[in-house]
Amino acid sequence: MRIRIKFRKYGSVRYIGHLDLMRFFQKAIRRAQIDVAYTSGFSPHQIMAFAAPLGVGMTSNGEYMDIEVHSIVSCENLMDKLNHASVPGIEVISVKILPEHTPNAMASVAAASYTVRFREGRAPQAELVGLLPSFLSREQILITKKTKKGSRELDLKKGIFHLEIPSPGVLSMLVDASSGGNIKPIHVVEAILAQNGETLQENALLITREDVYTNLGSEDHPRFISLGEIGSDM
Amino acid sequence: MIEHIFEEKLALSDDILMRIEKPERYIGHEVNAVIKDKSRVAVRFAMCFPDVYEIGMSHLGIQILYDMFNSMEDVWCERVYSPWVDLDALMRREKIPLFALESQDPIKEFDFLGITIQYEMCYTNILQILDLAQLPLLASQRGEDCPIVIGGGPCTYNPEPLADFFDIFYIGEGETRYEELLSLYKNCRQQGFDRVEFLRRAAKIPGMYVPRFYDVEYNKDGTIKRFFPLEDDIPKTVIKEVVMDVTNTYYPTKPVVPFIKVIQDRVVLEIQRGCIRGCRFCQAGQLYRPVRERDVEMLKKYALEMLANTGYEEISLSSLSSSDYSKLPELIDFLIDACGRQHTNISLPSLRIDAFSLDVMRKVQDIKKSSLTFAPEAGSQRLRNVINKGLTEEEILKGASLAFEGGWTRVKLYFMLGLPTETLEDIRGIAELSNKIAATYFETVPKEQRGGNRCQIITSTSFFVPKPFTPFQWVRQCTKEEFLDKAYQTRTAISEQLNQKSIKYNWHEADASVLEGVLARGDRRLGQVIRKVYEKGCFYDAWGEYYKNDVWLQTIEECGLTVDFYTHRERSLDEILPWDFIDCGVTKEFLIREWEKAKKEETSENCRQKCQGCGVARFGGGICVEPQKRQRKD
Repeated sequence: MRIRIKFRKYGSVRYIGHLDLMRFFQKAIRRAQIDVAYTSGFSPHQIMAFAAPLGVGMTSNGEYMDIEVHSIVSCENLMDKLNHASVPGIEVISVKILPEHTPNAMASVAAASYTVRFREGRAPQAELVGLLPSFLSREQILITKKTKKGSRELDLKKGIFHLEIPSPGVLSMLVDASSGGNIKPIHVVEAILAQNGETLQENALLITREDVYTNLGSEDHPRFISLGEIGSDM
Repeated sequence: MIEHIFEEKLALSDDILMRIEKPERYIGHEVNAVIKDKSRVAVRFAMCFPDVYEIGMSHLGIQILYDMFNSMEDVWCERVYSPWVDLDALMRREKIPLFALESQDPIKEFDFLGITIQYEMCYTNILQILDLAQLPLLASQRGEDCPIVIGGGPCTYNPEPLADFFDIFYIGEGETRYEELLSLYKNCRQQGFDRVEFLRRAAKIPGMYVPRFYDVEYNKDGTIKRFFPLEDDIPKTVIKEVVMDVTNTYYPTKPVVPFIKVIQDRVVLEIQRGCIRGCRFCQAGQLYRPVRERDVEMLKKYALEMLANTGYEEISLSSLSSSDYSKLPELIDFLIDACGRQHTNISLPSLRIDAFSLDVMRKVQDIKKSSLTFAPEAGSQRLRNVINKGLTEEEILKGASLAFEGGWTRVKLYFMLGLPTETLEDIRGIAELSNKIAATYFETVPKEQRGGNRCQIITSTSFFVPKPFTPFQWVRQCTKEEFLDKAYQTRTAISEQLNQKSIKYNWHEADASVLEGVLARGDRRLGQVIRKVYEKGCFYDAWGEYYKNDVWLQTIEECGLTVDFYTHRERSLDEILPWDFIDCGVTKEFLIREWEKAKKEETSENCRQKCQGCGVARFGGGICVEPQKRQRKD
């Protein structure tokens, strides 16, 4: 039986990197005495898949992890047990049983939504609201993305599915998070400011990932559904 | 889950945490970290391991004491480790005071700063801790508002090089006297006594050494003329503390589980304390006498509880020589049964290689991935007799042969170079023994079963450092040049062996071994050297890339001292040694007797075979009082 676990990450644990977070959950699952399934072989490990790694320093209201279990009492019981075995700032908020043949959390990821704020004293000079219409009406938004091997050009335009400024100094966006076209919120903010010739100050952004989505439509007509909507309570 | 610490409090700003390596080292909040309400505790104790988090978090002793202190209702013990060099620079620049992980509060607000001193090369890191905590480095300059700085651990058996920096050294095992010490502290505070008066009273608690109440006079040749207490009722000798009942005592059932991978990333079950073997080079073997075993039922119970409370996927047995634990088969059977059902791995370091241990290892390890370790320590039987290492060539070859039959192909061998009485022949013995083990492989495993593989023998040598309270505490340590020469001879001898292609040889740096020798047997005058090298920028000396040998040598000279005096000199048996005022249980007469036997290449039986009258029997516990085996010699 496959289980999808949705959790939040906030407070000082935002400095825990992705691999360490996985190690954290492996131990938490054992502390919670969840009847988790292991791979076979000489060094078995828990069958576990995370949706999308969250950058160090970011908080999130919608992270996902799939695990496989032999049995559960109920989704609520599993959630309570995991929260009891957790630390402040890593909080399970929903547990669902996945229908058979659902692609795992990692393979499903198509988009992610973020809320971006500026740290005190590090807001840009430019009025973002004013820049947004021209930014969004561009045919192409080319940026240079640094990679391990050097750098490559990336067009942000087709990966920005939604972008708005709900209140002054706050950006809300839904962007591509698939393995091929992942867009980081900082790239979007930098590209907006670049229109005005402005660069971002160091460590200026406070970023919260709000949710992660899969695409149940087509590439041209996407229908983004939260990973947390898939599956059922017992 | 602890709800009330939801309010995030971090000593370091986000800008700093995002800029440094592994910010998780500094944020606290790990599973099982103890949070208390600071307004409701009487004593705040900061427990420090003066090295980076991943090393410090792997140390069992601190975990035991953390559990002990926090089991006291009015005490809150927190942890602190050395900030890595990146954060160190930022803390200095921005004048951020060193803080404890749990509360993130500055160390300088604490009542006690306890520092465990596990190896000599961390001495400068102790000064880094004091400095970043914004405390005066010298104990004599600390005022009423400073924490009491107390040291413990194996290096405190010769605390003299660090005497200037500590208010108290706790000599021996922490389980016994802290309650008394903290209660004295509370009383003194209630009654309005000052720091010095507290320390004066503390000096009278068994095991406590308060350096400020002692002084040293030197002879013209630099040796000690007299070491004496400055006040009448300050004890002349400090006797080590030992916890006799190691079963009904503190042991953490809920150790702190780090977020990042640390060195010891598993549950650690200490099965016994001490060692029956009496290897003459080994300081731990003398310091932790007598051998005391934990009850096997207690260990079973703790193993299950600790695994359940931590979620670790591995458990390791810890002791100086696990094979000597009398109920080992029973414990291992239990663990294999319990762990197998939970997908938990078992790791068994320090096992003697024989049919039993190979059988066990086959059950718990992947043979293809694991290697076997032998520590003959010396290349020839003659020299093994000198050091009283009770391991014969026959046993090693038999063990290797069994291992090869069982499918293992990798064997690690550990030796020491520069042991007393060592000759070129002993050094050649290292190469020859390595070769014989390789030959055993070819004899044991028929060609068709080798699958194109040969065996891999990894031979490593370290340089011998004479340590206090061992039968070799008087001997001359080799110079760097002699050490390197010996390593060269070893390498040459290995390259001349028939099976040299199967042998890989590693050796250590010699510089640090010599400095370790200086600090290990040093006296109070080295305090100024440690302070000066620290002020010149030395710290993290245990990390090769940060160790500045030149600065150390130059500073020793500037202080009018010599490396030769401290380590390249044979001491006479009647010389007053800097650590003579400490009574670790083992008598000087015994150590002299062992040294004489070593020179005659005579071995001594282990504690279980026959009591050698070392002196610890007067503590009245452990193996010394196991009735049927006791045969006092003296």
